[in-house]
Amino acid sequence: MKKEKKATVTAADATETIGKNETIGKTKESFATESVGAAEVAANVNISEILKDKKVSADKKRKNALSIVLAIICVIYVLPVLAVLINAFKNNTFVKTDTFALPFGEMWAGFSNFIKGMTFGNYPFINSVINSVIITVLSTFLIVLCTSMAAWYIARVNSRFCKLIYYLCVFSMVVPFQMVMFTLSKTANTLKLDTPWTIPIIYLGFGAGLAIFMFVGFVKSIPIEIEEAAAIDGCGSLRTYFTVVFPMLRPTMISVGILEIMWIWNDYLLPYLVLDINKYRTIPIHIQYLKGSYGTVDLGASMALILLSIIPVIIFYLICQKHIIKGVAAGAVKG
Amino acid sequence: MTKTKKKLETDFVPNEKAAHKSPFKRVVDFFFGGKNSNALSRPLAKWGWLFIGPVTIAFIIGFVWPFIQGIYLSFCKFRIVSDAEFYGFQNYASVFEDASFIHSFWYSALFAIVSLILINVFAFAVAYALTQNIKGSNLFRTVFFMPNLIGGIVLGYIWSMIFDGILSQFGTSILQNSTWGFWGLIILMCWQQIGYMMIIYIAGLNAVPEDMLEAAKIDGATKWQTLWRVTIPNVMPSITICTFLSLTNGFKLFDQNIALTAGQPISIQNGVPIKQTEMLALNIYNTFYGTNTAARGTAQAKAVIFFILVAGLGLAQLAYTRKKEVQQ
Repeated sequence: MKKEKKATVTAADATETIGKNETIGKTKESFATESVGAAEVAANVNISEILKDKKVSADKKRKNALSIVLAIICVIYVLPVLAVLINAFKNNTFVKTDTFALPFGEMWAGFSNFIKGMTFGNYPFINSVINSVIITVLSTFLIVLCTSMAAWYIARVNSRFCKLIYYLCVFSMVVPFQMVMFTLSKTANTLKLDTPWTIPIIYLGFGAGLAIFMFVGFVKSIPIEIEEAAAIDGCGSLRTYFTVVFPMLRPTMISVGILEIMWIWNDYLLPYLVLDINKYRTIPIHIQYLKGSYGTVDLGASMALILLSIIPVIIFYLICQKHIIKGVAAGAVKG
Repeated sequence: MTKTKKKLETDFVPNEKAAHKSPFKRVVDFFFGGKNSNALSRPLAKWGWLFIGPVTIAFIIGFVWPFIQGIYLSFCKFRIVSDAEFYGFQNYASVFEDASFIHSFWYSALFAIVSLILINVFAFAVAYALTQNIKGSNLFRTVFFMPNLIGGIVLGYIWSMIFDGILSQFGTSILQNSTWGFWGLIILMCWQQIGYMMIIYIAGLNAVPEDMLEAAKIDGATKWQTLWRVTIPNVMPSITICTFLSLTNGFKLFDQNIALTAGQPISIQNGVPIKQTEMLALNIYNTFYGTNTAARGTAQAKAVIFFILVAGLGLAQLAYTRKKEVQQ
């Protein structure tokens, strides 16, 4: 009796849940599991099959149309990057007048823009790249290692001092950089932290907030019993951290690392104010200086440099795309 | 009976010892003593200098000290830090007399609201389309997110080339017209931020319970009704996060602003030059590092006001999402 009722209800569903493959597939499944009579199943399948043929094609058309619309938006989305690509090979005089023309004929500049850009001004571009790499790698390494250790300590010891540090970290997340900009750069200069090798300490201090917040949230969600078992088995604190906690923290470490890399690689103001600009520049500072100080800018050469600076970013993105998107989602939801 | 009593007494011995601790040790225990002393945290507490020490030192250098000094300096007159003289609330008074600051505040507010609406509407639409099981949604997602990885300075120059390429056909430039500057910045921000917000919305949309959507369908709800009555209430947490993020991002915008227009064009109002497309962060920066070094106290006061504004928005978001979490 009950089964029959269900069957009629689902048949009605099939007519109503027009065109959705999955829904019909699911009703089919539920029929099978509830082992309704075979004839009933067959009848239902027949009905849904017919409905499918009719409605699915309409639905498919709609989805294909949506795909095409999105594809067009995608092409528009990529256009700015393509514009950089074509203008990097264009003679300077044509960049402003024929921005969207392909670099053929007299506009073609070959690789002369790249050569010009690399040796532009009084600071070689390659040094900026090296500085950016040093700063990003060192800072990210330092932040991930130190804050994960601190977060474990904060979550497990939970003394008043830990709470103080934790709440200060959460608080630091909402403080804009302009608030501490002037005093931070003065402090850094007093302490001689103005080289690419020492600026990671500043990044560790200023970037600790989000990292500590994410790590503490994660450590609190893992059962303490695992670590206690290790401690009772005679593991020291350091060993417990590196052999037991560290592997468990890996997914969060990747998320935090990605977020920090994205921030530090693209950061302009902090290194600009802290570093000794005549000796050390990063890629964003270098590009800002191209426009800032040389009067008439060679647009072709700056496009070549911009292209050089976004190619590694895009390659990095395509390789670690999955982690990046996961990390961003995790960071946004928590932050 | 007596034996057990004796045993209990011996158990209390360590506590008696604790009562005779030196005041210094008591203070140390007050701050550093673990709340839940157990097999794990007692030995761990001894390693505190290694686990939490480096972060604490860096945090004091990189945040705590500059922050406290910044608050103090906002009440001082100074050119370099060492010559600070107490100045009371004068700095704050001069902030509100500064026409360029007022202008940049309203400009930032307008920008933040317009960008908030556009970014969130488009990001939600794209995320909704991408969760409809269409072909190539992974590719689309990859492309839409890509601009996020390019830094603000580089983005600004890419777009200034493009806008100048278009506007030079009409004999003008993005630096000559503040309306172009405003919408140029909006387009740039949309291009950059839609992908980011889209990721958050996709996560939210994927978490909408499948059975609710099915129930709506069975009850005969149209797609539009399902969207408004089922999907949107369920992704409310994502919407709150995204709106607050885009609002604070709009207020905090700096790199893109300096790279695209750097505040140009300049107009003169009542004898005061005002940079038409200058936003709050850039205004503070220009006051600090402009030619008039006597205005640094004012700049620090501006920074404190800016901090209160942004932190207020951030904390409001935190409180709001907390409330939501409790309800769930």
